[in-house]
Amino acid sequence: MNWLSNFVRPKIQALVRKREVPDNLWIKCPSCGQMIHHKEIKLRQFVCQHCDHHLRIGPEERFPNLFDEGDFSTIELPAVLIDPLKFRDEKRYVDRLKESQNKTAQQDAIVVAHGKLGGHGAVIAVQNFSFMGGSLGLGAAEAIITAAKLAVLQHAPLIIFAAAGGARMQEGILSLMQLPRTTIAVQLVQEAGLPYISVLTDPTTGGVTASYAMLGDVAISEPGALIGFAGPRVIENTIRERLPEGFQRAEYLLEHGMLDMVVHRHAMRETLIRVVELLGNRPPSAEVISLPQPDLEIPALTDTRQEGETGDSGSAP
Amino acid sequence: MISFLDFEKPIAELEARIHDLRQLDGEQQGGADIEEEVAQIQSKADQLLRETYGKLTPWQKVQVARHPNRPQFQDYVAGLIESFTPLAGDRAYADDKAITGGIGRFRGRSVMVIGHEKGSDTRSRLRHNFGMARPEGYRKAARLMRLADRFGLPVITLVDTQGAYPGVGAEERGQAEAIARSTETCLDIRVPLIACLVGEGGSGGAVALATGNVVIMLEHAVYAVISPEGCASILWHSAERAQDAADAMKVTAQDLAKLKVVDQVVEENVGGAHRNPASAITALGDAIAGALAEFDGRDGGYVRQHRREKFLAMGRLGVV
Ligand SMILES: [Zn+2]
Repeated sequence: MNWLSNFVRPKIQALVRKREVPDNLWIKCPSCGQMIHHKEIKLRQFVCQHCDHHLRIGPEERFPNLFDEGDFSTIELPAVLIDPLKFRDEKRYVDRLKESQNKTAQQDAIVVAHGKLGGHGAVIAVQNFSFMGGSLGLGAAEAIITAAKLAVLQHAPLIIFAAAGGARMQEGILSLMQLPRTTIAVQLVQEAGLPYISVLTDPTTGGVTASYAMLGDVAISEPGALIGFAGPRVIENTIRERLPEGFQRAEYLLEHGMLDMVVHRHAMRETLIRVVELLGNRPPSAEVISLPQPDLEIPALTDTRQEGETGDSGSAP
Repeated sequence: MISFLDFEKPIAELEARIHDLRQLDGEQQGGADIEEEVAQIQSKADQLLRETYGKLTPWQKVQVARHPNRPQFQDYVAGLIESFTPLAGDRAYADDKAITGGIGRFRGRSVMVIGHEKGSDTRSRLRHNFGMARPEGYRKAARLMRLADRFGLPVITLVDTQGAYPGVGAEERGQAEAIARSTETCLDIRVPLIACLVGEGGSGGAVALATGNVVIMLEHAVYAVISPEGCASILWHSAERAQDAADAMKVTAQDLAKLKVVDQVVEENVGGAHRNPASAITALGDAIAGALAEFDGRDGGYVRQHRREKFLAMGRLGVV
């Protein structure tokens, strides 16, 4: 088990290092505009109770709601080349990278964790759209390759929550090469006879859809997620027409045969457990362990409210 | 008559003068004087051409790669493949003419050839959708690769596309999935896949055919994750900055060889493949033959593993 000791030094929940959240933080639903207290929306896994909009969330918000008892370990990822092209647009790429690292406390766009899901081991990778638009480059691809190897090693299913604008342009051709590289990662898992479940979340577009995100044995999405290869604006500019209602949304893809199911975030954990159990021909887990409930004390909405939105800070396609 | 690019203007002017002098010569029988002048200008034009093409900027290479007279899929097939037998259709929806393919004989052995076809005049460009494929094109490519795999035929791909077609129908029918499956098939087959970037290699639409054991690139071809215009409009907020994007993204064959994304760069004749297609086509043929020879006598497992390890190593610390 050299590989495990060399590469997978678990940092127990280093990710969930508590960040100070002011008690009067209110979050505005980007869909209906209602103000929701941060504790309340967190309890609801960032699904708006007014309009059911699924807000964009990252690993920090997802992992505790997926693994049994909210218990998991994140994996230390191998180092990768940083800024191999010395890329600079209006800003230096290394500066953009640092900004995202500081903002998210992540090394790159994807965080990998393992733990129990319905009583059995599972490896879950979550892509964070807040990290340079979730873009796929050397770092994110290495995360996926590592996750795949860990799944094979632990004989566990691999679940990837995709969220990205596409490939990381600042890594030029090397970002494009991550399409075949992540495809190999998927092959490693599938060749080992293990399930690979792809969960496409809002938004998943560009090169990410043209590789691992669309290669799931089972493909799931969250309601309303934007999913497509070409971005809607690119298509509109090409065909010079307005796009049909709901175009490239999860429900539209389901209708067109591109997904197996669209699953509400509150049912995601149970759905994943069931799919993995059935594919693995396992008996249903004796007890579906519920998730810990955070305390909920919501102060009154005052005029000193702060607005904040999770997610969107995309720069790459 | 070839069309000149903007940066070739000084060369075009010299060529025009030669043309005029020749005409004058024809009318007036000017004799030795004119002959001498023509020879002088010609040698000046040749030198200028050599100099210009010896130090093309990335953006100039993008223009050369897109040159309308640059050889296309059908030219390579005509020059390199005997008994070419086109095969059509994805067996699900349509035959996408932006990607063509078929079986034929390359220097004595049966091969599968698959590539983007851009077309060479307005009519054929429309017919081939300017080399921008829809899902059916990638599904056809994957089908042909599987067929080649079944019969042990090496696959040669010729990549020349701005990218996959961004349209409503293409999205509805699973453009992303089709590209992903085509790349997956490239990685899965147990026959050698020699990928040749002959013009523009744009994004996932290119990598879907370019995930090869050996990746060969013509000297003035380009290959990038997004078009320079697209990159500029996102990162510089203006498509006008495409030159800067082309510089920053490292799109040339020479840069990509340094990054070890491309295994071999094939020299083009002076002034680019569009000035002497036959010589570029032969040079590419020689490179393909050499690449194929590396896999002679190798079993399928080796071939597949070779491709996988090559891509897994790409961009890793200590490799670039
Ligand atoms: Zn709402």
